[in-house]
Amino acid sequence: MQTRSCQVLVVGGGPGGYPAAIRAGQLGLDTIIVDKHGLGGTCLNRGCIPSKAMIHAATKYEDMAKHAETDELGIYLAEAPKLDMGKLVGWKDGIVTKLTSGVGQLLKAAGAEHIAGWAKFSDAKTCIVEMENGEQVEITAEHVILATGSVEVELPFLPFGDKVIGSTDALDLQERPDKLVVVGAGYIGLELGIAFRKLGTEVTFIEASDGILPLYDKEITRPITMWLKKHKVAVNLSCKAKGVSEKDGQAVLEYEDAKGETQSIAADKILVAVGRKACLDGWGLENMGLDLVDGRFIKVDEQCRTGMRDVYAIGDVVGEPLLAHKATAQGEMVAEIIAGHRRVHDPVSIAAVCFTEPEVVGVGLTPDEAKAKGEEIITGKFPLAASGRYLSMEAGTDGGFVRITARESDHVILGIHAVGTHVSELSGEFALAVEMGARLEDISGTIHVHPTLTEGFAEAALTALGHPIHISAPKK
Amino acid sequence: MSEYRYKMPDVGEGIVEAEIVEWHVKVGDKVTEDQHVLDVMTDKATVEIPCAVNGTVTKLVGEPGEIIAVGTEIMFIAVDGDVPAEDDVSAEAEKADAETQAPKEETKPAAAPAKPAAAPSAPAVAARPAGERALASPAVRKRALDAGLDLGTVPGTGPAGRITHEDLDDFIASGGRLAAHSGGAGSSVRAPRTAVVEEKVIGLRRRISENMSHAQRTIPDIAYVEEIDVTALEELRKHLNGAKRDDQAKLTFIPFLVMALTKALPETPQANAHFDGENMLLTKYEGVHCGIAAATPNGLMVPVIKHAESLDIWQIAAELKRLGAAAKDGKATKEELSGSTITITSLGAIGGLVTTPILNAPEVSIIGVNKMQTLPRFDENGQVVARKLVNLSSCFDHRIVDGYDAAMLIQRVKGYLENPATLFM
Repeated sequence: MQTRSCQVLVVGGGPGGYPAAIRAGQLGLDTIIVDKHGLGGTCLNRGCIPSKAMIHAATKYEDMAKHAETDELGIYLAEAPKLDMGKLVGWKDGIVTKLTSGVGQLLKAAGAEHIAGWAKFSDAKTCIVEMENGEQVEITAEHVILATGSVEVELPFLPFGDKVIGSTDALDLQERPDKLVVVGAGYIGLELGIAFRKLGTEVTFIEASDGILPLYDKEITRPITMWLKKHKVAVNLSCKAKGVSEKDGQAVLEYEDAKGETQSIAADKILVAVGRKACLDGWGLENMGLDLVDGRFIKVDEQCRTGMRDVYAIGDVVGEPLLAHKATAQGEMVAEIIAGHRRVHDPVSIAAVCFTEPEVVGVGLTPDEAKAKGEEIITGKFPLAASGRYLSMEAGTDGGFVRITARESDHVILGIHAVGTHVSELSGEFALAVEMGARLEDISGTIHVHPTLTEGFAEAALTALGHPIHISAPKK
Repeated sequence: MSEYRYKMPDVGEGIVEAEIVEWHVKVGDKVTEDQHVLDVMTDKATVEIPCAVNGTVTKLVGEPGEIIAVGTEIMFIAVDGDVPAEDDVSAEAEKADAETQAPKEETKPAAAPAKPAAAPSAPAVAARPAGERALASPAVRKRALDAGLDLGTVPGTGPAGRITHEDLDDFIASGGRLAAHSGGAGSSVRAPRTAVVEEKVIGLRRRISENMSHAQRTIPDIAYVEEIDVTALEELRKHLNGAKRDDQAKLTFIPFLVMALTKALPETPQANAHFDGENMLLTKYEGVHCGIAAATPNGLMVPVIKHAESLDIWQIAAELKRLGAAAKDGKATKEELSGSTITITSLGAIGGLVTTPILNAPEVSIIGVNKMQTLPRFDENGQVVARKLVNLSSCFDHRIVDGYDAAMLIQRVKGYLENPATLFM
């Protein structure tokens, strides 16, 4: 067996691992990154990017279908659009391939070596990699960065198969299901369920809690609820999935409804989207002597150090929030720490976005969270229907808005939330404002470009200050 | 209303200037007669300056570190009576000014235009409650991290108390980083420490610096190191400490050394002297005023055991203890910190085989005590025996003390210490 040694060994090539390896390479560290399932991890291969491609395509299809029915905007299609699901998935795969091969080139350019294979640790600093050609290589590293990510949670009574699928399978369906039941109305279930609805599938949600997107308040989720209602998507809240059977070529999901009565619903596919869990199995974690949090995540400090000297862990495997951009920030940081820089993971907040219809973005605290922390707050909410740009995008009726939560005493912004068409692109300014410690006056005092959605942010700040321009001032 | 101009007082014999150490009042403060308003540093002692009148401070002259001549007007006081009362807003504004602009106040509160009240849209900066995250941009946070600073301790002047790059600059320049330093030596985490701190050398440290430079530059010195066998002395010391009364101070090695010097110096009188090289004047003292160098929280200080030749061993120990405590607490008087004719410096408790102490000019002799250790030596029969040994590392002003005389002095001291009974004859 070949043996190798390096300064930095990164295990996992997702949005945590590959930036770590690129940065380590840039810093002149002798770096090896091991990944079996294709560089880019869940994010590029079966998460963020492919789902966004699907959502884009679905939105395009929905638009065209609408213009075949009505002549809104004076545009009329003579016949309904036709969908070739296989081709759509192929187009999506093209994007994925382009991005993942790009990651490979970036690693190469930075001087980091990629070994395609599956790593299994025999101790904290040594692993044996089973390569794709069947050969093995033993790698001993001075520093180890664990970036093994997360996997979909599979429910024992709803095992994945032909009819019961997870989000990964849902992105590779060669045919559009006519009827889809989505178990779980969190952001993954909603994004995919809404996309399939736009493609013409009949969609039903089964959600165990009493609301959709449990991390957001009702004010934020209301426009999504409105969209679902308008598009005849049934959302069954406080319902617990129980099991699945097959009948007449369809899957039949059995569930307990809010009243405790057993119900069943038939569908072509059942999409289970009940969350993700850290990937802790199959790569020798048990041989490394690391501490865990509740047995669910690898325990790390604010520099992503594990309990073992010179072994770091980043991204989903270290716990919430399970977000690609958090993993990237941690990966880059850890590479610099190994190179001797002084770094610490101490963001004020990490923005999160849901590509639902309409989109949701959240940074920092909601009003309820701020109050729970004992803050005296003021809020400003600006309806995007008052934005010219918003109306010109045909978005004026979706109930979108921007809401700022600020501390009453010094006007420091504690949280920013928005819901509406394309508001995900506002997340950067929101995050910057919170990270820089902006006050309401900083936002209202920054000239925002007309006509853009960003004006809504400035107007929300003005609303919190009591003197918005494009809506009537809130009564005191 | 009348104005009282307070002048830098004459703080002692022949003192023509003093260094401002710290103002205890700021412009706008009410002061009363005899209130402690200012610390100044003269030759070695810090002197507390009291106020002379009742009134309100309108102007202060001189920043900490500045040397001010005696007689200079340093504090202007509006004397009570017809001073117009200030409204709260201008008083607050004035106070804020005094804090942010530090001791460069030029304005008189009575004449200063009242600042406009803060606009309602710009809430006043409130102090940050403990535990609350400091408001600062990522770039400022990174800089603080690199400097090893806890941002929670840095005052922010930006909107809502936001910490700006300038605030960090000021904080580091003011030496605040030392107090705020976290992690560091006690941490097992290995990381480069990249902070660089510039510090104004003022006060006692400046005195020490000047004195050391002067001594080293002007005095050609001779160092002489000798090993003293203190086996017998240690037995005596142990016995005396065991038999001592409760009110008697514990005996260390130093009182015996002082005692030995008082016995040995009369035969080398030029070693117990002050030398004025400019005027070629040597002042020899019969009395032995023994300075004892002491590390204190404020830096090196040298309290003086006066007329050690008149004290018995217990009295020397008691005086040593009393002066050491006073120096450490910063309560030693100017008199107690001056007038030495010879100095003892002991780093022996820390360890170290040899030192080359720098003379406490204008003195001509300094005796350093090194670590005591048990080492093998040959006895008169050629047998190896365990002996308790300590080195004395001495330096002398070679212009005054010849090598021969220096060696003779130390040999006599050695004789007394190795035959401790002779100390008491």
